Amino acid sequence: MDLLREQLGLTGAKKGCDHGQCGACTIHLDGRRVVSCLMLALQASGRTVTTIEGLTGRAGALHPMQQAFIDHDALQCGYCTSGQIMAAVACVREGYASTAPQIREYMSGNICRCGAYPSIVAAIQDVATLVGER
Amino acid sequence: MRGFVYSQPETPSDAVHALATGGADIRLIAGGTTLYDLMKLNLERPARVVDVSGLRELALFDTSGERELIFGALARMSDVAADARLLRDYPALAESLQKAASQQLRNMATLGGNLLQRTRCAYFRGGEPFGCNKRTPGSGCSAIGGLDRGHAVLGVSDACIAVYPGDWAVALVAFDAEIDVLGPHGQRTIAVESLHREPGSTPEKETVLSPSELILRIRVPATPLGRSSTYHKIRDRESYAFALTSATAAVRLEEGLVREARVALGGVATRPWRARSAERVLLGKPLTEETAQAAGAAAFAAAVAGRYNGFKIELGIRTVADALLIAGARAGA
Repeated sequence: MDLLREQLGLTGAKKGCDHGQCGACTIHLDGRRVVSCLMLALQASGRTVTTIEGLTGRAGALHPMQQAFIDHDALQCGYCTSGQIMAAVACVREGYASTAPQIREYMSGNICRCGAYPSIVAAIQDVATLVGER
Repeated sequence: MRGFVYSQPETPSDAVHALATGGADIRLIAGGTTLYDLMKLNLERPARVVDVSGLRELALFDTSGERELIFGALARMSDVAADARLLRDYPALAESLQKAASQQLRNMATLGGNLLQRTRCAYFRGGEPFGCNKRTPGSGCSAIGGLDRGHAVLGVSDACIAVYPGDWAVALVAFDAEIDVLGPHGQRTIAVESLHREPGSTPEKETVLSPSELILRIRVPATPLGRSSTYHKIRDRESYAFALTSATAAVRLEEGLVREARVALGGVATRPWRARSAERVLLGKPLTEETAQAAGAAAFAAAVAGRYNGFKIELGIRTVADALLIAGARAGA
């Protein structure tokens, strides 16, 4: 996380608790969600790292999950949001977004101090439905 | 956090060699979710870190064996938790992983590393000015008589009441699991139940492993008991929290009577806690709310309450009883 934020200027992954408890620093490592705060940069060598900055399309088009978070107003202060979105994208991809209770269980590693949880769940359900219809 | 020398051995023997020759301040890292966390708290200050996460042969697992299930020490918690055969034939093992940590952490954390997860005692993690015999031997235990709501009621000593925090090991001990360990003098096998020490007067010694030993794999004897098992975990919130109390239960019934039972406790003891007294209570009896409750009471007969954690005894008894009834339902009781 420090390498991303301090050296590479990719500040989308947020430093929240810095101990793997809040999920604000969630990124994808070889397509799987991990908390970047508990990972040594060396352990990423030779692997694919995706941060929130890498979610958007070429012309800056938002990822459907980013759009769904906006549509559902799934944030207040926004500090946890990039971690929430990275976890949410993985949650749908893993197939753990079929019901609201399942989403809540598999998103429990992302804490939102503002309590935007109902809208976060709704946003994820939207995207899960979208993906299911494809 | 101080700087350290990092190495990536290419074989398990290279890793053990590095550990055996690297001095006292050397640590092994796999998923990193415990070690790196403790390094950020300055509780671990290794001069050298040996990263074994690239040892691919230790990342495999096989739940199809007729005699035993084999889990490489570096298999990820999330992969094993989602294994369809494990979910069907050994729900307690799968549930203990599903109910541990968050999906992000389960994607990082390994099965072997999870066994060695350190306690969450706030006095241990918090550092000075609090005394902690585990962190600094001889400095006293601030948890005893302190804010001990989360602490142990079984296996405690005058020196330490810190809870063993893991879930997976609590499921493993119920199934008589073993680990294969590689050290400088070769390989040996240890029962998971014998891996962790009770604190006694030396709480800083948490396991029977030597610092230069590496867990290679975990082996679980195959048993039909697995199908009628559960890992029941009671937490302050519904998900992503350490256990206040937890219980692994497995039962085999014949003609309505319990012929075999396994009970193990988490969240309440200083190490993964097999409750054989609870198992004995059930043998030859029908599985009912009364007998399940009696088994729970037997499991906690030796419990010692501190200042704020006495509620864990009643809660723990009920957790065992509920777990047994869930397992019983899966056995068709």
